[in-house]
Amino acid sequence: MPIRPRLLVAALLFTCLFGAGCGKSKSPSPDSSSAAGSQVPARKVLHMGNGAEPQELDFQVVTGMPEHRLALAFFEGLISEDPQLNIIPGVAEKWDISPDGLTYTFHMRADAKWSNGDAVTAADFVQSYQRILTPALAAEYSYMLWHVTGAEDFNKGKLTDFAQTGFKALDPRTLRLTLRQPTPFLLHAMNHYAWFPLHIPTLKKFGALERKGTRWSRPESFVGNGPYLLKEWSPNQRIVAVRSPTYWDRATVKIDEIHFYPIELAETEERMFRAGQLHATYELPLSKLAVYRRDQPESVRVDPFNGIYFYRFNVKRKPFDDVRVRRALTLAIDRETLVSKVTLADELPAYDFTPPNLIGFKSRHAIQGDLAEAKRLLAEAGYPEGKGFPKVELLYNTLEKHRIIAEAIQQMWRKNLGVDITLYNQEWKVYIDSQHSKNYQLARAGWIADYVDPHTFFDLWATDGGNNNTHWSSAEYDRLLRSALGAPSTEARYDIYQQMEKILVDELPVLPIFFYTRARLQSPKLKGYYTTPLDNYPWKYADLAP
Amino acid sequence: MLRFITSRFLQSLLALFLVITATFFMLRFVPGGPFTAEKAVTPEILRNLEAHYGLDKPLWRQYLDYLGSLAQGDLGPSFKYPNRTVNEIIADKVPVSAELGALALSLALVLGISLGTLAAIRRNTWIDYTASTFGMAGISIPTFVVGPLLVLAFAIHLGWFNASGWYGPLDRVLPAIVLGLAYAAPISRLTRGGMLEVLNQDFIRTARAKGASEFRVVTRHALRGGLLPVITYLGPAVAGILTGSFVIETIFQIPGIGREFVNSAFNRDYTLVLGTVILYAGLIMALNLVVDIVQAWLNPKVRLEA
Repeated sequence: MPIRPRLLVAALLFTCLFGAGCGKSKSPSPDSSSAAGSQVPARKVLHMGNGAEPQELDFQVVTGMPEHRLALAFFEGLISEDPQLNIIPGVAEKWDISPDGLTYTFHMRADAKWSNGDAVTAADFVQSYQRILTPALAAEYSYMLWHVTGAEDFNKGKLTDFAQTGFKALDPRTLRLTLRQPTPFLLHAMNHYAWFPLHIPTLKKFGALERKGTRWSRPESFVGNGPYLLKEWSPNQRIVAVRSPTYWDRATVKIDEIHFYPIELAETEERMFRAGQLHATYELPLSKLAVYRRDQPESVRVDPFNGIYFYRFNVKRKPFDDVRVRRALTLAIDRETLVSKVTLADELPAYDFTPPNLIGFKSRHAIQGDLAEAKRLLAEAGYPEGKGFPKVELLYNTLEKHRIIAEAIQQMWRKNLGVDITLYNQEWKVYIDSQHSKNYQLARAGWIADYVDPHTFFDLWATDGGNNNTHWSSAEYDRLLRSALGAPSTEARYDIYQQMEKILVDELPVLPIFFYTRARLQSPKLKGYYTTPLDNYPWKYADLAP
Repeated sequence: MLRFITSRFLQSLLALFLVITATFFMLRFVPGGPFTAEKAVTPEILRNLEAHYGLDKPLWRQYLDYLGSLAQGDLGPSFKYPNRTVNEIIADKVPVSAELGALALSLALVLGISLGTLAAIRRNTWIDYTASTFGMAGISIPTFVVGPLLVLAFAIHLGWFNASGWYGPLDRVLPAIVLGLAYAAPISRLTRGGMLEVLNQDFIRTARAKGASEFRVVTRHALRGGLLPVITYLGPAVAGILTGSFVIETIFQIPGIGREFVNSAFNRDYTLVLGTVILYAGLIMALNLVVDIVQAWLNPKVRLEA
């Protein structure tokens, strides 16, 4: 009976074929950076997890954080931010702001160059701004430029002559912006990719001035003005950025190449870090945080992050039309326990609505009260000990982390107030749709700032704000919001925000839970790199130790 | 034969048309759209976006437009990735999934058929029990458990491979084994079942009585009939394996088409969903046709009729 050995041998052979020659020649590895010869200094190659595949590298038509991190490698705006998020010169070496805060004049440096050697001009900026505001381009972040006179009208098609907007190139190296109202955070907002310039001749060549989806952003035709230039873009595999020889501040750039990996699954990313394929991950699975803190604390990095995690009340639905119920539920959550036992990443319990110490702003008002008051309020509202409390459903988007937070809070309310709520989850876009159409009672939500200023958090709760989604409205709040930008000084503006905080603390349209942090794994070799409050780190300052 | 193929081809075409139509309209009734985002866009910007993609036209018009461009082989631009067309995404990613699938399928066939045959001819011995245990384990343990376990052992502890990625030949090994094992298990069970049935039949006894060697009995006489259940299974399985696995491609960070099936639905990337559905449905129909032909060739009892 020769069949058994034969088949076995065949099967074995096949397995060997797969398993054979398992050498150590891993292709992308952080070690490759130190593998060069003896004379030439080793090329520094940084391997970064970058969350997801970018939609596009034409940064005027994208949204999202992985895209922002890439944009900062390939482009530079008029101003830039240092790692502490202080405004520093970018393409503009200096700028003047008129006393009324309405006119910004930028003086551009002579040595700012595109990666093809062309000079970066004021006209490039103006034409880039015209492009992002062109209705046919349908750019989602075009509203970032609406602070400038005429920009909104042009974007909405009400104004067709771009020369009538507040964007003016006075000469090749001078750019003037005229604003429709004072915007004290304008410079910070300008470090967003919606404000970055594009190389207009390249776009023209591809007919991309009024059209998205052309091929100008492929590596063979890509032109940028940032510290790095695009060398390779393999979708879902990696994006390779190499040091730009034409960047004006190239002497500061320390790392020769950055490889960005679009890894969607945090667990996969963690395994790649462990196998030595990455210097830093984009995120860190909750379940691994404690283990890394115990075994390799030097590889864990947790930084504050400019965002808030909260629950929205639909204030038109019972029982949340009653502020006493909203307050009772808000008081009956033990936020300290939640962050120390459930979320685990040093999040800051939130008793107000703006991340603390954001450009010097710290709320003077906070949600205060104990459990006894929560019970009293609930009884006053007609639900003593939670009796007769209507059926309430808490909506969250399908994600493990949101489920366990919701379960913890559900438990706290049951124990502290005798209130029983049910939880239900929806897939991301259904969940977003439910909130936009206000088809929910109570919903998990989060907000990450677009720019570093408290205004981005107060803007949320304006009556006609597209992201309010609670039905909550306060004429006084709206009035204060409108007056804030025209305030004569930062102190006066922050005073207005304090009054707005008080309204929010009194009326509680939403239930603040914690302020985000960002946890990631990071090799000790990677120096001078950390998460900024917006997670848009300026790459030129990062370095790799040998 | 030709009549059979023609008629089946026309039936498939009709089925494909129904699948496209159902998918097209079902997609539009799902809450949320391609531009639904946490940070709401203003109504004006949303209108710009819809006009850009033709979503402002009546639905029946969009449907006819889609069929029109489809007839010319154009699957349209992706909503999520504006500078890639669906044709381009499919052309980029199918070869990757197909490569992984071909490797995994070869492993699955060799391993599954050998184990299943061994188990059948050594019925109720330790060989049979071992093979059956492997089969049950392979069916019950999901790839998202086997994958990370193999990565832990071979990539992280032994350091032989990358933990994830698709850069060099070595990066093919772990995912191909994980995917191959998942398919080897049902193949071994089907082979065993099919072989047992055939080995008990009269013509096998006759072959043995005529003095044919056991090797000849198994390979020449029994396997041909014993593999029929496997062939039936292989039709849809090959379509599935060639169009990629969402789980394996996500765990191993492989740029294949399998991830696009799931992610395009999450992204409400209308054109990409339709593109992947057409690809998958077309493959299934083609392979089922091939299976019918192969079965007729292997089994004289089956006749092809239109």
